[in-house]
Amino acid sequence: MKIKPNRREFLKGAGAIAAASTLPLSTVEIAFADSKKNFTFGYISDSHIQHIKGNQFVNNWDRGLIRSVAEANLMQPKPDFVVFGGDLAQLGTKPELDHGAEMLAKLNYKTYHVLGEHDYYLDLGEYWSELFGDHYYSWDHKGVHFIVLNSIITFKEWTFDRWPTPEQRMLEMAGLDNPNGSPFMVGDAQRAWLAKDLEKVSKDTPVVVFSHSPIQKLYKGWNFWTDDAEQIQALLAPFADATVIYGHVHQIQYNQIGNISFHAVMATAWPWPYPSTYAQAEHTMPKLTVPMNRADPFFERDATGWQFIDMSNGRVSMSYNLANNTNRTVAYDPASGKPVDTQFQDVGNRVPPQIHY
Amino acid sequence: MRRKYVWISLAVVAAALAVVGVSLQADEFTDTDVERWQGEYMSVVDDGRALWGSPDLGTNGVACGQCHPNGANTHPETYPKFQQQLGRVIALREMINWCLMNPLEGEVLELDDPRMIALEAYISYERRGVALDPGKH
Repeated sequence: MKIKPNRREFLKGAGAIAAASTLPLSTVEIAFADSKKNFTFGYISDSHIQHIKGNQFVNNWDRGLIRSVAEANLMQPKPDFVVFGGDLAQLGTKPELDHGAEMLAKLNYKTYHVLGEHDYYLDLGEYWSELFGDHYYSWDHKGVHFIVLNSIITFKEWTFDRWPTPEQRMLEMAGLDNPNGSPFMVGDAQRAWLAKDLEKVSKDTPVVVFSHSPIQKLYKGWNFWTDDAEQIQALLAPFADATVIYGHVHQIQYNQIGNISFHAVMATAWPWPYPSTYAQAEHTMPKLTVPMNRADPFFERDATGWQFIDMSNGRVSMSYNLANNTNRTVAYDPASGKPVDTQFQDVGNRVPPQIHY
Repeated sequence: MRRKYVWISLAVVAAALAVVGVSLQADEFTDTDVERWQGEYMSVVDDGRALWGSPDLGTNGVACGQCHPNGANTHPETYPKFQQQLGRVIALREMINWCLMNPLEGEVLELDDPRMIALEAYISYERRGVALDPGKH
């Protein structure tokens, strides 16, 4: 299905955004000797487009995606592509995926798609594939090897034998805190594919993996978790510059495990609490992370946003464009060998809204 | 004659107390009593948990749990507190009503509505063990 943007509607939206003149765009420092290699890309994720009935959708979530698309179209310098990080839909239905695809079609850039659990568990990604293609794949771009994984599959028994209807299966997985859910994983078949895909990539080529769930184990209760994370990390270990960018968590997170940098992205729909704020749970949050601001629910878009990513040194510099907050940049620091927040990393620079409890 | 009425009245009161299962000895209760009372509370917590994930509390299908998994980020131990966006000190249930009206696009609940009590019971249960800290931001 191809949906072309309506030109008049696009110009109207762009004009409104430009008039607000709040665009958080910055220029890019050049680090590669070969400046042709420098590029940026956009990252939009977790829009959770939610169908009410007929042609009605939850307005709040629609606005998040519409705003991100409009802002991404005004990026300067222009990104080489945009990634949509999964959970376009809330319950994986055709109306939700169609409505989301229509909004995303207004992007002026080549868009790559990652599959989220909310897109998947109704029909196991069948309609999503009709719209967006393969569940996992890779490509090369200006000296960087990019990989998209489907990291949200789970045990066969849970997927095929446990639930009387696909609708119930979707609902059980859609509840983040539902104890009837099941841990995410990449699985044997895809890991075998990944090992083969990486064979042909030289070890000094920067590798960037896009997944929906974190390829690390943070908190199992909310599936801030990938069950075979260590095995995927082992496949990435031989590469000098490896990065994983993931959605699902709706919050700022970053981490460094060995040579692998991890960056989470914000949702366009709503923020999630940090697992550390759930008093009954054990969790392991990355110590490195300076949290996002605690959300103010009276501002509908607070603690939501989208990202643009500068790849000029083969590592990620992640700029968070936050609709109602001060923007943040988390960039790989070659001196310390890990991602750091460019403004707030020092404890003395933190602000009270970054304290979560 | 008057004495007869007194005795009848006392008998009626005693019978009523026996029916509702209340001991005349107020300071004595058993493990069985405690277990039953905890069960009563937990049944309301369970009602609250069901409402927390329900698409029917508001009008747009959005559920409380979508933004607040396990009731997190609701901070029941900090209420009543000055809700700076409203400019006054409020109880938690007023904030619950704010959420019902806004993200859920629904109607407010009466402050003593059993559903309101159930929501509050669930939120507090998920926060058990955290020290009271009214007014905290």
